[in-house]
Amino acid sequence: MGGREANVVLLDENGIRSDGRKVNETRKVTIKAGVLKNASGSAYIEFGGNKILAGVFGPRDVHPKHMSNPDTGILRVRYHMEPFSVGERKKPAPSRREIEISKVIKEALEPAVMLEKFPRTAVDVFLEVLQADGGTRCAALDAASVALADAGIPMRDLVCACASGKAADALILDVNNEEDQAGQADMPIGYMPNLGKITLLQLDGVLTADEYKKCIELGLEGCKQVYEIQKNALREKYFSSGDKD
Amino acid sequence: MSENKNQFVLPGDTISGSYEPAQNVILNDNRLLSTAIGFCEINDNEANVSPLTGFYIPRSDDLVIGKIKSHTSMVWEIDINSYHVGILPAFDIFGKDYNPSKHDLSSKLNVGDLVAIRIVSGDTARDPLVTISGENLGKIDSGELVKISPAKISYLISKHGSMIQTIESSTDTSITIGQNGLIVLKSESGSNLDKIIKVFKMLDSTTDDSNMDEKIQKILDENN
Repeated sequence: MGGREANVVLLDENGIRSDGRKVNETRKVTIKAGVLKNASGSAYIEFGGNKILAGVFGPRDVHPKHMSNPDTGILRVRYHMEPFSVGERKKPAPSRREIEISKVIKEALEPAVMLEKFPRTAVDVFLEVLQADGGTRCAALDAASVALADAGIPMRDLVCACASGKAADALILDVNNEEDQAGQADMPIGYMPNLGKITLLQLDGVLTADEYKKCIELGLEGCKQVYEIQKNALREKYFSSGDKD
Repeated sequence: MSENKNQFVLPGDTISGSYEPAQNVILNDNRLLSTAIGFCEINDNEANVSPLTGFYIPRSDDLVIGKIKSHTSMVWEIDINSYHVGILPAFDIFGKDYNPSKHDLSSKLNVGDLVAIRIVSGDTARDPLVTISGENLGKIDSGELVKISPAKISYLISKHGSMIQTIESSTDTSITIGQNGLIVLKSESGSNLDKIIKVFKMLDSTTDDSNMDEKIQKILDENN
């Protein structure tokens, strides 16, 4: 999104990235749970320059009825970018990319949510990208997971997500928009930290086998950092100060 | 393990110790994991998490308050603030002699009417069956309806309902609590009603349960 910038220095001689971060540093992440009154559960995330709102509804009756499953509840995810979320106006209709991201986020959340307890129902997750700055699918997944927990949907674990990648021949954590556009690889990872299971793994770019392994390790470190922020957001809402653990 | 008793937990948090997994707890690879945001308690070798958020899950014998949504020739469909509608069969009111060609369901209960009902079957395979026959059940003709989170109801009726009894006696109000988070208040005094509504709203918005009895008493004592 936003077009390529020529002559951008992705990594300087001191190992500092274009936005001033070290290679193994994430952007600033803040999450707030329960921001929408009318949704069953909600969350707002700022992940660097990304600003995303997540709302969860349900479990509720499935419409159209033919989509309902008599054995389990179903999860439906809509990832949507606002027309003003990027530099050049984005058409509000769902694009091919948005449909793909909705699908991968849904599949990343499904191992965590326990919808088998609620057959013939649907849980709807709405993700609105208010401002995009690279890595929206990971940020949206982080917000969706907090919103689902806020809605009281039974979950085996929270799902945390962070991307790693390669730019200027170096492996980097939390790829931003410039690095996504001009870098060599981008690998979004979704992870259930208590179960130790990866629920989302994509790779856009080329990595050697060794780089691939290191990239996953680096991405998981980022996921664990985001997980702590997710937990704090929920503690802040439900346990007042978060210090009752 | 004593350190995990009475602890706040999030989904995925480990509950150490060897207990039987009960409400909102699962066993995964010999580890007990919480599946909800709540308060972990160990009772009789069972690990339980009392949820702080969530929706109403219909269970047999629960008393709930519902609103008539629609009816067919055989049943009423009742909104019970859950993911399925409650089904009230026509013969529950008209008896065994019910005949769709002779009896009119809308003569007894209309769309929008409030009813106190009991869940007969909370089976998830079909919509929960409810009954209107029984003590304290039936059409609710008057009163103020208040809605709070169903997760808060267990707190409200804990200690054998002593909190509700205190509120009822100090405000001369009749309170009918539905397990589904709907509450009906009946009082002659508008100011007493306002106080009780304030209590329930405070209970609904507060996540910190400490000194709750004192906080409630303080609201009830206002302007007395």
